[in-house]
Amino acid sequence: MTVSVAQALSAVAHAAAPHAAAPPSAPAPTPPPAPPCACPRPDVLADRPDGTVVRHGAVVAKSHAPGTDAAALTARIATAAHPLLAGILLPPLPVPPAPRSAARATGPQGFTAELHGRPVSLWPYGTPVDPDDPDAAPWEEAATLLARLHATAPGALQLPAPLPPMRGPAKAARAVARMRASGPHTAGAATAVLRAWAGLPAWARDEAPPPPARTALCHGDLHLGQLVRAPSGAPREDRWLLIDVDDLGAGDPAWDLARPAAWYAAGLLAPDVWNRFLGAYRAAGGTAVPSGGDPWPQLDVPARALTVQTAALALAKSAVGERPLDEVEELVVDACARIASLPPELECEAPS
Amino acid sequence: MQCPKCHAAMHTYNRNGVQIEQCSGCRGIFLDYGELESLTRLESQWTQQAPPPPAAPQAYPPAPAPAWGAPQHGHHGGHQGGHHGGHRQKGFGRMLFSS
Repeated sequence: MTVSVAQALSAVAHAAAPHAAAPPSAPAPTPPPAPPCACPRPDVLADRPDGTVVRHGAVVAKSHAPGTDAAALTARIATAAHPLLAGILLPPLPVPPAPRSAARATGPQGFTAELHGRPVSLWPYGTPVDPDDPDAAPWEEAATLLARLHATAPGALQLPAPLPPMRGPAKAARAVARMRASGPHTAGAATAVLRAWAGLPAWARDEAPPPPARTALCHGDLHLGQLVRAPSGAPREDRWLLIDVDDLGAGDPAWDLARPAAWYAAGLLAPDVWNRFLGAYRAAGGTAVPSGGDPWPQLDVPARALTVQTAALALAKSAVGERPLDEVEELVVDACARIASLPPELECEAPS
Repeated sequence: MQCPKCHAAMHTYNRNGVQIEQCSGCRGIFLDYGELESLTRLESQWTQQAPPPPAAPQAYPPAPAPAWGAPQHGHHGGHQGGHHGGHRQKGFGRMLFSS
């Protein structure tokens, strides 16, 4: 089934891609098995249950997760298209009104279509961070983009539908549920993860509403795969932009810093890299933490939640793949064990 | 300030940069928010340093870290090569790029 989704996506991307010498007549039947043009072969960038991404030349087609909330997706993609987010989020491409395409434009602004019962969006292709060279990753640029994103008030966007709440706690809870369902696990590891989880405040486990706080526009799933260089022809070619709006939401922006913070606390991210990231975020006026001093009063709970989430997903994947944890995953489980050993009276519940 | 238990006077001491209050009567100790974490951190740094005798003083103050942070924080500051050198390849790269 995913093969056909990828093929159909490829056809959508192909239809949207600019062609230097497109055949003037005889539109291809859907889906064309081998497009008769000079396009490079379609490239499946990702094919997971929660999304399939196919590149065709300068265009990327993304099939979003089954069961995606259509109104929420519309709001998220409209955010990416909003002029206030220019230079921060990669803007989408309009879905062409192609009657012969397998996709049918459904979004009010023509940024989404439906394909095989799943929403599809189109994006310009941007060059990602080199995964073989994480040390050369644009940490400062990522931090600066986050700071600018967080400075945007969701209410100022006047979206067609309200942006959903940031779902950091919900994603952590989902990862823990996935780990619980995937057993059996290495003795001790899952226990450490569950104990670290149990020590978090109820709101951070998605079991209570979050404490009232300033709500900022949050990316919701920051990692190094979420940065691309602006495509050629863009207003400011070659500068970095954030991609993947599927977790965009309104909430506490500290959750966007929580994954790098968790990597740092686990001993994975070198202190100087973390300091560069945090320093750039603060220098750009980022509001998730105070501009100076100890950032951990704000970061502690989200970073603990992301540590649990990362360890839980690692355990779930290792159980399903019947493979042991790698060394990096072990370090994250070790961090859970340290969290679990914190005396309970040190757990800072949200001030009442 | 008065001891909440025996109501005797409490005196402030400084231990390794951490302010603690001790009761002059029952000798109980009062810690402000974050002070126990600071002590825990100092303790883990101490056990890290224990096997080789402490060499040169730290050139830079360690970056703030949570109470549950990996114990090597503040000891390889600015020196990336020494930071989990063996872990930094495949698994680390994969984790940096995945949800």
